[in-house]
Amino acid sequence: MGDIWAGIAAAFRLIITADADLVEISLRSLQVTLSALVIACAIALPLGTFLAIQRFRYRRTVIAVLNALMGLPPVVVGLIVYILLSRSGPFGVLGLLFTPTAMIIAQVIIITPLIASVTHQAMRDLWAEYHDLLISLNTGKLQRVGTLILDGRRSLLTAALAGFGRAIGEVGAIMIVGGNIEHQTRVLTTAIALETGRGDFALALGLGFVLIALALAVNLATHYLGRTESEGRW
Amino acid sequence: MKLLLAIFLSCCATLAQADALKLAVTTSFQNSGLAEVLLPAIAEDTGIDVQLLVVGTGQALRLGEAGDVDAILVHSKAAEDAFVAAGYGTGRTEIMYNDFVLIGPEDDPADISAADTAGAALRAIAELQAPFVSRGDDSGTHRKEVSLWSGIGIDPGGDWYRPVGAGMGAALNTASGMGAYILADRASWLNFANKGDLALLFSGDPVLFNQYAYIPVSPERHPSVAHDLALQLKGWLTGPRAQELIDGYTIDGQQLFTFNAAPAAPG
Repeated sequence: MGDIWAGIAAAFRLIITADADLVEISLRSLQVTLSALVIACAIALPLGTFLAIQRFRYRRTVIAVLNALMGLPPVVVGLIVYILLSRSGPFGVLGLLFTPTAMIIAQVIIITPLIASVTHQAMRDLWAEYHDLLISLNTGKLQRVGTLILDGRRSLLTAALAGFGRAIGEVGAIMIVGGNIEHQTRVLTTAIALETGRGDFALALGLGFVLIALALAVNLATHYLGRTESEGRW
Repeated sequence: MKLLLAIFLSCCATLAQADALKLAVTTSFQNSGLAEVLLPAIAEDTGIDVQLLVVGTGQALRLGEAGDVDAILVHSKAAEDAFVAAGYGTGRTEIMYNDFVLIGPEDDPADISAADTAGAALRAIAELQAPFVSRGDDSGTHRKEVSLWSGIGIDPGGDWYRPVGAGMGAALNTASGMGAYILADRASWLNFANKGDLALLFSGDPVLFNQYAYIPVSPERHPSVAHDLALQLKGWLTGPRAQELIDGYTIDGQQLFTFNAAPAAPG
């Protein structure tokens, strides 16, 4: 129990003194995760919506696979991305290993299935409602996907926040592909793992509370800016 | 979208600095705190920005073999010699040594503090079947532990022998939690904050000396490695400034590392 109080104290000390290292790794955490989130959303939102409105032969299989991929073990994703980006791997010439880019790639792979699955669920219900209208207006595929994404934006926000949550707290994959290099690829989660390894539980916990606060702040800011739960049902 | 992604990726790739050198080091080196003394001095003297990848010796050697790092600093002589012999590295340079120590619960049920040699201490633990945490991660520390066991003809196994497959700090946390014996390097132990009921029980047997060596990754295998920088760093690590900093690094008044690099060859 004493460790937890020490952790809270450490978190306050780090935040109040605006510790330079803390600011740096927190910003890098946000940078990596938000970049991954933007890319993953760009793939997953249209994909999930498309799966909801389009009927094709292996649709069920694709959806089942997508759902299963939600549980992708990050450490395995990390290892695969490592092997691909390694100097002796197929993409070695790009020199991306142990850079924030490598971490973004790993996180995109981890959260895209999650966002696509949640999107698909939400869009399926919305599509049932919009089906007759959109068909009768003789809309094209792209228009339908666009309309559903626009009108279902609140559900999609939830999907995106779920992806954000999984990515910001992830450590297994980015430890392998990022390498936890100080001033290069160290983020909050890998710093926590490092301090735990050093037996400095207070600092590790302090960083942990900062991470939780960061996730909360992003979620609250999103809800506030999107004025969720305050008007209309969209 | 693909275009955007491609632009984004290429931007990130060009951000890599020209004078950066990726060095794979062992967890025991990083946990000792010596890196925080050496890296700023290296940057000051040579302008090299050393980026540390902190992994076990096994993984460090793999990173070197794959050409993902420019040099490695590890402590497992047999594996290092094999690495160089296989053409992955361009020569092994001994830099410094520290020593391993046996840590255990303060009340010392196996009475290893009275042992004459490290082998006798381990034998006492095995005979009592007192809990023993092993790194179990193919690191230099783990390899040393395995060689100590085989040196006394014991193949440890059973409930009391617990390989955790983790770094030095995590393994020490585990030992602290279960009141177990563990082999650790002195530097990690002194720097470790969560000592709990553990205490340093046995040290000083010459077999426990732990030699660190520096190996630049061969540019013949991997033309992309920063071999010139790696050689420049080797010069610095074997030079007088490194000696002064390494020998002068203490925790609680104890010197952790002893510099023993041969003077750099002239020219």
